[in-house]
Amino acid sequence: MNGAVPSAPTSTPFRLVVNGVERQVDGARTGESLLFVLRERLGLPGSKNACEEGECGSCSVLVDGELVCACLELAGAAAGCEVVTVEGLAGRGAEPGDGRLTDVQRAMVEAGGVQCGFCTPGFAVAIHRLLDRQPRPTPLQVREALAGNLCRCTGYGRIVAAIENVVGGRSEERPS
Amino acid sequence: MTDIADTPTRPAPSAPAPSRPGRVGDSPVRPDGIPKVQGRFAFSSDLHAEGMLWGRTLRSPHPHARVRSVDVRPALALPGVACALTAADVPGVPLYGLISRDQPVLAADTVRYVGEAVAIVAADHPDTARRALEAVVVDYELLDPLVDADDALEPLTAAIHPDGNVVRRITLRHGDAEAEADVVVEGTYEVGMQDQAFLGPESGLAIPDGDGGIDLWVATQWLHEDRDQVAACLDLPAEQVRLHLGGVGGAFGAREDLSLQVHACLLALRTGKPVKMSYPRDESFVGHVHRHPARMRYRHHATAEGELVKVEADILLDGGAYASTSWAVVSNAARLAAGPYRVPNAVVDATVVRTNNPPCGAMRGFGAVQVCFAHEAQMDKLASVLGIDPVELRVRNALATGDTLPTGQVLTGTAPVVACIRATAAHPLPEPLADDPEWLELPGGAGRTADRRRVHRGIGFAVGYKNLMYSEGFDDSSEARVRLERGVATVSCAVAEVGQGFVTIAGQIARTALGCDDAVLGPTDTVGVGSAGSSSASRQTWMSGGAVLLACRAVADQVRHTLAERLGLDPATLRHTDDGRLVSDDGTVDLTVAEAAGDDPVEATAVHHHDQTKPLDRWGQGDADVAYAFAAHRAVVDVDVDLGLVRVVQIATAQDVGRVLHPVQVLGQIEGGIAQGVGLAVMEEMVIEGGLVRNPSFTDYLIPTIADMPEVLATCIEEPDPESPLGAKGVGESPTISSTAAVAAAIRAACGVDVARVPVHPWDLV
Repeated sequence: MNGAVPSAPTSTPFRLVVNGVERQVDGARTGESLLFVLRERLGLPGSKNACEEGECGSCSVLVDGELVCACLELAGAAAGCEVVTVEGLAGRGAEPGDGRLTDVQRAMVEAGGVQCGFCTPGFAVAIHRLLDRQPRPTPLQVREALAGNLCRCTGYGRIVAAIENVVGGRSEERPS
Repeated sequence: MTDIADTPTRPAPSAPAPSRPGRVGDSPVRPDGIPKVQGRFAFSSDLHAEGMLWGRTLRSPHPHARVRSVDVRPALALPGVACALTAADVPGVPLYGLISRDQPVLAADTVRYVGEAVAIVAADHPDTARRALEAVVVDYELLDPLVDADDALEPLTAAIHPDGNVVRRITLRHGDAEAEADVVVEGTYEVGMQDQAFLGPESGLAIPDGDGGIDLWVATQWLHEDRDQVAACLDLPAEQVRLHLGGVGGAFGAREDLSLQVHACLLALRTGKPVKMSYPRDESFVGHVHRHPARMRYRHHATAEGELVKVEADILLDGGAYASTSWAVVSNAARLAAGPYRVPNAVVDATVVRTNNPPCGAMRGFGAVQVCFAHEAQMDKLASVLGIDPVELRVRNALATGDTLPTGQVLTGTAPVVACIRATAAHPLPEPLADDPEWLELPGGAGRTADRRRVHRGIGFAVGYKNLMYSEGFDDSSEARVRLERGVATVSCAVAEVGQGFVTIAGQIARTALGCDDAVLGPTDTVGVGSAGSSSASRQTWMSGGAVLLACRAVADQVRHTLAERLGLDPATLRHTDDGRLVSDDGTVDLTVAEAAGDDPVEATAVHHHDQTKPLDRWGQGDADVAYAFAAHRAVVDVDVDLGLVRVVQIATAQDVGRVLHPVQVLGQIEGGIAQGVGLAVMEEMVIEGGLVRNPSFTDYLIPTIADMPEVLATCIEEPDPESPLGAKGVGESPTISSTAAVAAAIRAACGVDVARVPVHPWDLV
């Protein structure tokens, strides 16, 4: 009977550049999402899996600089791309646990933007992307840019406060 | 560290000691905050074990059916499938449940809702496990589903469960049931089914110990309760079932009941391998209980001056297929039915029934949310009929300490209801909507459909209250252990940290009570410490905070005796201050507990109990509650009256918090709770048709985004409750209770439509 059942198709090995480090992905099945490969094959569970249909933003990563939901991206389609996950925000090759934080990460913690924390990695990535593009966003621009990231705990108030703190901090560093 | 004997005692300080970080009243960062923001905090769905299998659950597609047979052999034939189990494989008690065990671990002969677990599989890959579910053959004989709560009350309706269709009926009679007054207002109100929609899916990792026992890492709200239920189902002694808290991605009541706990353990014990389970979102929507839908008929009687004389309420909750916490939810709805007002006469009938809809149970607000929507609509109707300002009407009837509640219980704790109302009303109103606003400032937002000229603004007000801790005689005690060693306090307590920030509060309490700068938390499990009770009912700060404080005081007491002995003093001459010092009557000794303890470890365990409460009698009377918390909300909304689109512009609130222990975390609870209240008011509803959930995804079940959230203005009313160990009241539920009612009132004011049901949909308004 087993012979009648096709074994799951396995993709050819491919490479991803994740947080500045080239990683080989072996044995992945065809159809595995970038999120699954990051979390289950590359040991990077920082990107989260709240909906796995592109609605919640908890899996937000950068692929060649673009903000994407890793759950909707086929892992094989990202072969050769530069992927940045929450684990890599604090610097290329940063080791998880070395305590390094970006200003956005520090502000999220200090302002109370983190409660259960499940949305936090996605927010951190998305806020970095927003501020890279719009260093001084208006409140409505913040709301529009982050409307794809759901948070169920905070009501977003302390997340907005964290962003204001980052924008203020960066302005002090680089007055213009 | 210097030996205490060599430490010079300090003179009494001439100035206040410099403020030390991380004490009670400060806002230290969460100890889990940095790992969470780095992505290295291990949520239960992130766990991994070498050689682990993936478990999945086969669920009923039918709301009511007889299960003729379940054939798992085709699934077992698939390569990579290690195990497939059915009801026959449950070794112990085949049922589970929080209050009564009425829900099958796996359906044996009948399924009673769409999503009921029928079989479980374990395989080498999630995709293999999914294919295995498709291969299982179940022969169902379809039965007529009971999907209307009213039908469940009919005497001729067949029982869908051996325990019957009525889970509990409360008949509350207080004062004179025949009392009459000058004016009467009435209405019928409905609340739809809300989902907790936590982001972290139900997930866990079970690892067999090779000796017949099991370790389970799981996201839950109450480890010890889970442990007891799981052990009974597995037919194992409790000590062979060890539960550890896996990182919890939000809870809001949805993790009070078991989900995958028994299933993961069954699969792991059968295969001898670690088994991970993690629900996809569509499964999560049927994998946990929801907020009860409610139908409520009210009649308020008042004098011409606006004094409430009598409240009549007939409340029907749809509990779905299994009991979960329905028994307690309906009691809350009955006890709190009249709202935070003096009501000398009350006639309340509240019933929760079984249907073939998804089971309902705990969600933030727990019965108080539904009745608040109704009693606040009634207060507005009364104000309108009497020509009294709605805020003044509420002030005129507001509960205060010493008042008698509809249960006959006398309110003994703090009750700053008037202060909450006044402070809420005093918040500034938002600027009027600009003539040429940005699209995101208009109802419908980026959809760009609103017509500014047809947007009307409305303001609504609501007040609510809720019991804190468990009620009706239940002793939900909490245990904590504190070890002080070389200036570091280690706090062990089995509180489920679900995001609320108890981990922060525990450290603050220990640092404050022991005068130390370092406090760390021990592991959260069922192995090293007793039960902390559930992270629900706004109870952990009061109960487990109280247990940590008691344990710190016991540590301090040991240190006090040791210090007195070393210094040759009578221990009675030393006292432990609230800020963690040991001070002698004559002022010659003034050391922190941590300093006085020196290098020798000191450890103490303490259990905190609240005052014993009582069951309700046959007329719903009794001292059932420990304490209450109150809040008021004022909502400002803009409504496009042609399209029925609503934008919530601002929520102002003042909340009875007792005492603020961590200002940032309190604000976070207030803002987050309001978001869930706003969601219930204008968007969140599980759409059930014929027992089938039509919108089990974040595409179709909408929760507020950052673009939906209004400005929040919050005031904390601080009147420390003398019964609370730290003076603080739980703050988690109050923001969710009256915010929904306030938004509904504002919508009524904006467009003149009698909003009698939440969530409000556009088609309700046009």
